[in-house]
Amino acid sequence: MANDTLIDTDVRRSPAQHLAAQMEAASVAGRVSLREIAFTTQISLRSAPGGAAHAALSAATGVGLPATVGEVAGDVSGTAVLWLGPDEFLATSPENIELAGALAAALGDEPGQVVDLSANRSVLELEGPDAPLVLRKSCPADLHPRAFGVNQAITTSLANIPVLLWRTGETSWRIFPRASFTEHTVHWLIDAMAEFAVPPVA
Amino acid sequence: MMLIDCPNCGPRNENEFKYGGEAHVAYPEDPNALSDKEWSRYLFYRQNKKGIFAERWVHSGGCRKWFNALRDTVTYEFKAVYRAGEARPEIQATEGGTR
Ligand SMILES: [Zn+2]
Repeated sequence: MANDTLIDTDVRRSPAQHLAAQMEAASVAGRVSLREIAFTTQISLRSAPGGAAHAALSAATGVGLPATVGEVAGDVSGTAVLWLGPDEFLATSPENIELAGALAAALGDEPGQVVDLSANRSVLELEGPDAPLVLRKSCPADLHPRAFGVNQAITTSLANIPVLLWRTGETSWRIFPRASFTEHTVHWLIDAMAEFAVPPVA
Repeated sequence: MMLIDCPNCGPRNENEFKYGGEAHVAYPEDPNALSDKEWSRYLFYRQNKKGIFAERWVHSGGCRKWFNALRDTVTYEFKAVYRAGEARPEIQATEGGTR
């Protein structure tokens, strides 16, 4: 199954590939930087807690399934599963063409769902001590560390579009907009980062 | 901006939610047995209550789940939220707001 879905890596394009130079130019060393994390694997999982499907998927991810809002099973170094709803999750990892097949096999005929959504959302990484200030310009969620800890993720909005927001580290955040909103999100973030290129007034 | 307590996600901005009208309007047991007048009452007639009102809401910008809420239609204050299928909580109207 894997072979006929493989795409020649020389010809494929990620949604923000043509914006890489602009993102690099807009990044401010030591304050905030922006880049795309291209070609991640993203698998939608549906199963109600308590059922056999939930247990099977939980075992198959290798990191379990998150139980409540904000929770992430695993972390950014490998496979991570984000909580989207009580019975809806997003498993994500660096490119892994085996993951969807393995999860689907684990689910078997139990009532649930495994769908490869890798091309549905792009992934942007905003990094640096000023990253929360950039996000706060248009994200209504509470980003204060007391409410949004490291390795938490929520569904929210940014730049007036729905996104998944995942705090992957102390000063690093991953933003998952729908692929077709990538250009809008990148331009919005570049504009929001511009002020940080100027030294703060003492 | 008002905060609404989603039973799954906790307090979120009101613009993440959509309104679904009055709660606990049961689908008729046997729709074919209804007269046109009874059917129109099921479809279109609602309490439009002044005070505590049981409503359906959906967290469309979050967990995408439907839930029920008791809201004071005078003050807009949410008095309680509860999951779909749960019984309506007993709530007395109170002066002022809690959130
Ligand atoms: Zn919710």
